[in-house]
Amino acid sequence: MQEFLQQMVNGLSLGAIYALIALGYTMVYGIIMLINFAHGDILMVGAYIGFFSVVVLGTNIFVAMAIAMIACAVLGVVIEKVAYRPLRNSTRIAALITAIGVSFFLEYTTIFFLTPNQRVYPAEAFPVTNYDVMGITLSSKDIFVFISAVVLMVILQYIIKRTKTGKAMRAVSLDKEAAMLMGISVDKTISITFAIGSALAAAAGVMIGVYYNSINPLMGIIPGLKAFVAAVLGGIGIIPGAMVGGFLMGILETLVSGYGSSLYRDAVAFGVLIIILLIKPTGLFGKNTGEKV
Amino acid sequence: MLQVKEIDVYYGAIHALKKLSISVEQGSIVTLIGANGAGKTTTLKTISGLLHPRSGSMMYKNQDITQVNPEKIVGLGISQVPEGRRVFPSMSVLENLEMGAYLRKDKKQIAKDMDNVFERFPRLKERYKQMAGTLSGGEQQMLAIGRALMARPELLLMDEPSMGLAPLLVKEIFEIIKDINERGTTILLVEQNANMALSIADKAYVIETGEIVLHGSAQELMNSEQVKKAYLGG
Ligand SMILES: Nc1ncnc2c1ncn2[C@@H]1O[C@H](COP(=O)(O)OP(=O)(O)O)[C@@H](O)[C@H]1O
Ligand SMILES: [Mg+2]
Repeated sequence: MQEFLQQMVNGLSLGAIYALIALGYTMVYGIIMLINFAHGDILMVGAYIGFFSVVVLGTNIFVAMAIAMIACAVLGVVIEKVAYRPLRNSTRIAALITAIGVSFFLEYTTIFFLTPNQRVYPAEAFPVTNYDVMGITLSSKDIFVFISAVVLMVILQYIIKRTKTGKAMRAVSLDKEAAMLMGISVDKTISITFAIGSALAAAAGVMIGVYYNSINPLMGIIPGLKAFVAAVLGGIGIIPGAMVGGFLMGILETLVSGYGSSLYRDAVAFGVLIIILLIKPTGLFGKNTGEKV
Repeated sequence: MLQVKEIDVYYGAIHALKKLSISVEQGSIVTLIGANGAGKTTTLKTISGLLHPRSGSMMYKNQDITQVNPEKIVGLGISQVPEGRRVFPSMSVLENLEMGAYLRKDKKQIAKDMDNVFERFPRLKERYKQMAGTLSGGEQQMLAIGRALMARPELLLMDEPSMGLAPLLVKEIFEIIKDINERGTTILLVEQNANMALSIADKAYVIETGEIVLHGSAQELMNSEQVKKAYLGG
């Protein structure tokens, strides 16, 4: 039982990270039907910005995260404007290929300027303390990751449900033409969506830096892929789905590596996902009948 | 109030509107009638700025709006109730109405207008928390009208508001249109239901394959043999 709870603690932190990344995928897909394959690389850029703000500017981890989020929000908006907007009316495959191109561009530009080498997240950025709670080891890392991720998700929920901007985002994702007839600027709303999604990815990047201690220019690929699957699992385009999918993915992964072997970790995790999708192809939260006309 | 002059609108190579001209006088109800595929929706989309004419011009209150974007058009006081209602299905009735007032900043007046919409459509008030997609067709049409009114339009474009509704509801909707007009909003009404449309309109245009083939006072058109044959069922 204790062992199980320990796995759950680890799974929840990892899941929180996947959930944050999955949200960006799902929000962008919801609004322009694009799988933004560069999303994982935005996470990587965020991790580096966080790293440099700790090492060079000497900020604490929260300030580093805020700087990374702001910088990546801008990066996301620029990527959308430069790479995706010109293709808005072309085929989806063209946009998808462009997204893969942007992904390579971010990875290899980073390698070019910063070398492909690992960098170790400075220990002073985040002092690790372990707490013993009824036999379960609770690391300050877990607490940091989990709480910051949940806070960000609550803020996101608030924005989307309660603010005018958030309602406009939902309106645009439901029906662009009708949204325009309300006076909503579709371009501006899409930019805001990229900004928010990229900021969440940047936060996840800094968390991964803290969690695994090291970062490298290709670090975004695997978490990006897993979060993408998490988003599909929850029902792509559906925000609560991305959160649940992310947590499920994280928990599944730690349980498998805890009880089985970490060698099978990804195989089993993806296997379960395939089974769920076979039973419910639109994802856990997906509606089987398309509600969009 | 609105002068559309000889506009040509294309979908790629398809020539959807051919030198189409209509004018709408302040305070009136003008109707545009025609068969399915004639170009009625295209006309309203062009006025709303969702499509832009390749040639010709559109003037609204002495401003050239030929190439103006939809956001600006709404700001100038032109709202649309689109064909097929197009409410936001997974947003609540209240949120749909809020979206109608998206460009407005006058919170107090918005709240007042919201009350007015609920007063006009009590069924929407009862269901204000409900998702718009779960409303009946008639309720969705009322929501689409209420949503457009939330922008405080001076000119309201309505695209087949009677489509798919039971006869009793159709009558109700036309009563509402008349009432909105009597309270000062100018209306451009697109309809296939020529009978009803002509009965409340001041002026009418008949469109066939992208061209205006006939226009005059609603009274004149109602008595025209051509219109009777083609649109009023003999
Ligand atoms: N998005 C589109 N792409 C191509 N052709 C279109 C499109 N929308 C409408 N059309 C064509 O333009 C013509 C006018 O359509 P529309 O304005 O919708 O007619 P109405 O509203 O009178 O039924 C029709 O021939 C229709 O097939
Ligand atoms: Mg039509």
